[in-house]
Amino acid sequence: MNALTFKDFATDQEVRWCPGCGDYSILKGVQRALADGGSDPANTVFVSGIGCSSRLPYYVNTYGFHTIHGRAPAFASGIKLANPELEVWVVTGDGDGLSIGANHLLHTLRRNIDLNVLLFNNEIYGLTKGQYSPTSRPGTKSPTSPTGSIETALEPGKFAIGAGATFFARCVDIDQKAMPGLLNEAKAHRGTSFVEILQNCIVYNKDVFDDVAAKKTAPETQVHVEHGKPLVYGKEQDKGLRLNTQTLRLEPVVIGEDGVTLEDIAVHDETNPMMAQLLVDLQGPMAMGVILRKPAQAFEEDYWQLHPKGRRQKVLELIHTGNLLDRRN
Amino acid sequence: MVQESQGKTSHVVRFAGDSGDGIQLQGQQFTVASAMAGHDLATLPDFPAEIRAPAGTRYGVSAFQIQFGGDRITTPGDEPDVLIAFNPAALVVNLAHLAPHSLILVDEAAFTDQRLKRADLTSNPLTDGTLSEHEVVAIDISHLTLEAVKPHGLGTKDAGRCKNFWALGLVLWMFDQPREPTINWIKAKFAANEQVRDANLAALDAGHIYGESTEASHVLKHETMPEAPLDAAEYRTITGAENLALGLVAAGELADTELMFCSYPITPASSLLHNLVNLEEAGVSTFQAEDEIAAVCAAIGASYAGKLGVTSSSGPGVALKTEALGLAVATELPLVVVNSQRAGPSTGMPTKTEQSDLYQAVYGRNGDTPLPVVAARSPADCFDTAIEAVRIALRHMTPVILLTDGYIANASELWPLPDFENYPAIDTNKPDAETDQPVFQRDPATHARLWASPGDDRFIHRVGGIEKDVDTGNISYDADNHQAMTDIRAAKVASVADFIAPQTIDQGVNGGLAIVAWGSTYGTIYRAVKDAINAGLSVAHIHLRHINPLPANLGELLAGFDTVLVPELNTGQLATVLRDRLNVDVVQLNKVSGQPLTVAEVANAIGEHAKPRIQQVGG
Repeated sequence: MNALTFKDFATDQEVRWCPGCGDYSILKGVQRALADGGSDPANTVFVSGIGCSSRLPYYVNTYGFHTIHGRAPAFASGIKLANPELEVWVVTGDGDGLSIGANHLLHTLRRNIDLNVLLFNNEIYGLTKGQYSPTSRPGTKSPTSPTGSIETALEPGKFAIGAGATFFARCVDIDQKAMPGLLNEAKAHRGTSFVEILQNCIVYNKDVFDDVAAKKTAPETQVHVEHGKPLVYGKEQDKGLRLNTQTLRLEPVVIGEDGVTLEDIAVHDETNPMMAQLLVDLQGPMAMGVILRKPAQAFEEDYWQLHPKGRRQKVLELIHTGNLLDRRN
Repeated sequence: MVQESQGKTSHVVRFAGDSGDGIQLQGQQFTVASAMAGHDLATLPDFPAEIRAPAGTRYGVSAFQIQFGGDRITTPGDEPDVLIAFNPAALVVNLAHLAPHSLILVDEAAFTDQRLKRADLTSNPLTDGTLSEHEVVAIDISHLTLEAVKPHGLGTKDAGRCKNFWALGLVLWMFDQPREPTINWIKAKFAANEQVRDANLAALDAGHIYGESTEASHVLKHETMPEAPLDAAEYRTITGAENLALGLVAAGELADTELMFCSYPITPASSLLHNLVNLEEAGVSTFQAEDEIAAVCAAIGASYAGKLGVTSSSGPGVALKTEALGLAVATELPLVVVNSQRAGPSTGMPTKTEQSDLYQAVYGRNGDTPLPVVAARSPADCFDTAIEAVRIALRHMTPVILLTDGYIANASELWPLPDFENYPAIDTNKPDAETDQPVFQRDPATHARLWASPGDDRFIHRVGGIEKDVDTGNISYDADNHQAMTDIRAAKVASVADFIAPQTIDQGVNGGLAIVAWGSTYGTIYRAVKDAINAGLSVAHIHLRHINPLPANLGELLAGFDTVLVPELNTGQLATVLRDRLNVDVVQLNKVSGQPLTVAEVANAIGEHAKPRIQQVGG
C-alpha cells in the first residue's frame, strides 16, 4: 500500500466541536499517528461511546462505530474477538469511560484484549453542559456542585494500574510532537493500551490543566519518562525524581543542590507496575509518556488458542447424537 | 400398582428430595429410559433457587416430574400418581398435588423425629393417617443403599449419595424400563473414579433386585406399558436449552456464518451458555462478559465485525440490554436475543416459569424501536424457532428476540429428528466480490441494508446511534430524514410478515371457540383441546410462533370463530397485543403461580366458553 498522509484519514464530515476545543488537536494527532504508523483504513475501526470525545469516529476515515454511553470497550471487545486481524481503537472520555462505563473499562483492562483506548480527560461533563465528572478535582464548581464538588477525584492512571492494565501512557492534547509517536506505541502493544490525554474543555473547564500543560512552563511541570533513563526534567534537565525510602514516594530534587547527583535520580522501568504507581502518584511535575508497559499475551491470542476456529463439526451429526429411539418402522 | 391405576397407559411420576439428593439426575436418567422403552414423555424439573438449601426443609425440596407412557404425551401431567419422596418435607409439599389413590414410595430412614421437625411436622405422616387414601411403601432406602455399596469401600457420606440410583433401579423395575442407558451414563461419567462408578452401579442393581424379590411386590407391580403411537421417525429426548443451542449452530451452518454467543450467567438462561460452550466445534464462539450490558454490546460488536452476535438472558438481564437493542435497531445490524423467561417483577422467582416478558419484548424500548419477536412452544420446537430467529435477523438486518422460558429450557420431551439435509439455506446480506452498491441502500422487500464489515476496503463507513442519514449513515438531524428512517424501521419489521407462512390451526376447525396461545402452554392446551374435541366440543387450537409481527392472515382466521380465548402465564399480555394489532375481542385465562398451566384449568375454561359441535344432518 502506498503511504497515506494524515489528510487521507479525514472524512468529508464537518467537525463540530467548540472553537478552541482540545479535541481538534487530538484528532490531528490521531490522524497523523495513523498515517505515520501505516494503518490500513479498511482494517481499522474506531469505536466510541457518548460524549464530545465520542464524536471522533465520524471524522476519521476508517470504519467507525459510535455506540452507547460507556459501553464502547464492550463493543470493541466483540469486534476484536470476532476479527482479531482488525486494528481497534476506543475513544472515550472521563465521564463515558470512568463514570457510566468504568466497569467495562476495568474488565477490558484486566482481560488485556488488544484495544487501544484513548481517554480524553477534561475533568468535566462537556456534552451535558458542564456538570462535575469523576475526575473533577474536589472543589470544582459546576451546575450540579455550585458550592464545589466534595467527591474524591478518580485518577485514571491509578484506576488502570489497579485494574491490572499492561499499558498506561499519558500526554497533553496540544503536544503534537509527542502524541503521534505515543499512539503508535499504544498500537504496537499486545493487549489493552490505555492512553490518558489531558484535554482542554474550552467552555466548561477552561485551562484546568494549565499548571501542567501550559507551553511556557511545560518543561518544568512535565516529566517525559523513557524506559531505562533517569527521570529528569526541566528546561536545563537539571531536575529529577528521587525515591524517598521514608515516604515511599518519588520526590522532585534539583541536581547539584544539597549534594544531589544524577546517580541519585530514579531510573524509569516501564515494566514495573510499582514504578508506574509512583509515577501516577507524583506530587509536583506530572509524568508523561509510556508510564507502564508490561509484555503480555493479548486476551484474544489466548482465546483463539483455546477455542476452535471455523466449523469442524456438522450439525447433522450433532442431531443424531445420544440415545436414539428408531421408530421409522 | 394400586387397584385404580390398573390398565393405565401412562403414569405421572414425581421424584422429590433435598436439592443435594441428585433428584434432577435421577429424573433425567428415568426420562432417557422411558424414551428407550418407546414411551412418549414430558418432564417438569421443579427445583429451588438455593443450590444446597438446608437439608430436610420444605423450601429446599427439589422435584422432577415426568409423564410417560403409551399415549401421545404433551405435558408433565397435572397430578402425579406415583411419588418417590426421600424425606418428610419432600412428602408433605407434594401431597396436595397427588392424584387420588396414588402410590407413595418413601425412604423410611428419613422419618426420624429430628427430620420431621425440620419439615415443620409435629407427627409422622407415615403413621398418623395423613396418607390413608394413598398406598404407601416405606423402604429403608438409605440403609439398603449402604449395604449394597459396602463392598466398594466408600465412606458413609459418599455411599449415602448413591441412594438416588438405588431408587432409580427400583422405579425402572416397576415400569419395566431399560437400565442400559443409565449404566452407560454412570460408566462414562465416573470413568476416572472406578470406586464411585462401581458403587453407583451396585446401587442401581440393588434397587432393581429389590423390586424383583421382596415382599413389597404385592404392592409394587411390575408393569409394562404399551409403546406410544409415534409418527415414523427417529427420536431422542432433549431439553429446550439443548435444542435451542443446537438450533442456533444449525442456523449458523445454514447461513454459512459463524456465531458469537456473548452472555452473562442468569437463571434459568445459563444452561444455553453451558450447552453452546460444548458446541464450539460447530461454528460458535462463546464469551462470558462482565455483565448483561457488556454481553449484548459484545454480541453487537461481533455482528458489526461480520459474525452473527447472539446474546441470552432472562427478564432482568434483558432489561439491562434494552438500550443496546435500540442501537442494533438504529444501526440495522443482525442480532438474536434469547429470553428464557422467569417469574417477575425484579428478581421475582428465578427458577419458576412465567410468560410475562412479552410486553418487554414487543414494546419495551425507548423511541419507536420495533423489532421482530418469535416464541418457542416446546423443547422440540426450540430447534426450528432458533433457526427462524436467525433467518429473520439475517434476512432483514435486525435484532430479533426469541422468547422461551424456564419450563421449556429445563423440560425434556421426545424430539423427532428433523430432516436437516433438506432445510433451505439462510440468505445473508453480506457483500460478495461483485457487490457494487452503497452500504445503506436497502433491499425493497426486506428493507435490509448491506452487511458490510471492517476488513473490506469497498465499504468503509461510519455508523452509530445518533439518527443517521437514510443514504449515507452519517449523522443527520434533518426532520424529514428522521421521519423516513422511522418509517423504514417500521416497514422492515412489518415486512417480516411477508416471508412467514400463514398461521394454521393446530387442532380443530373453524367456528366456535378458538384458543390462541404462545410459548410453553402448547402441550397443556394441545391435550385439553384434544380431549374437548373428542368430547364433541367446538374448539380449535391456534399456537403462535410469530408474536411480532403477527402472521398476516391471523385477523382473518380469528374472524371465523365466535370466541377467542387466550390462556397465558401472565396477566394478559398476548391478549393486549391481539386487541392492539387486530382489534379483536378476546377472553383471558391467566395464571401466575410460577407453575405451568394444567390441563384441568384449560379444560374448565373450554367448558365455560365452548359449545357442542352441531351434528351434521344424518350424522
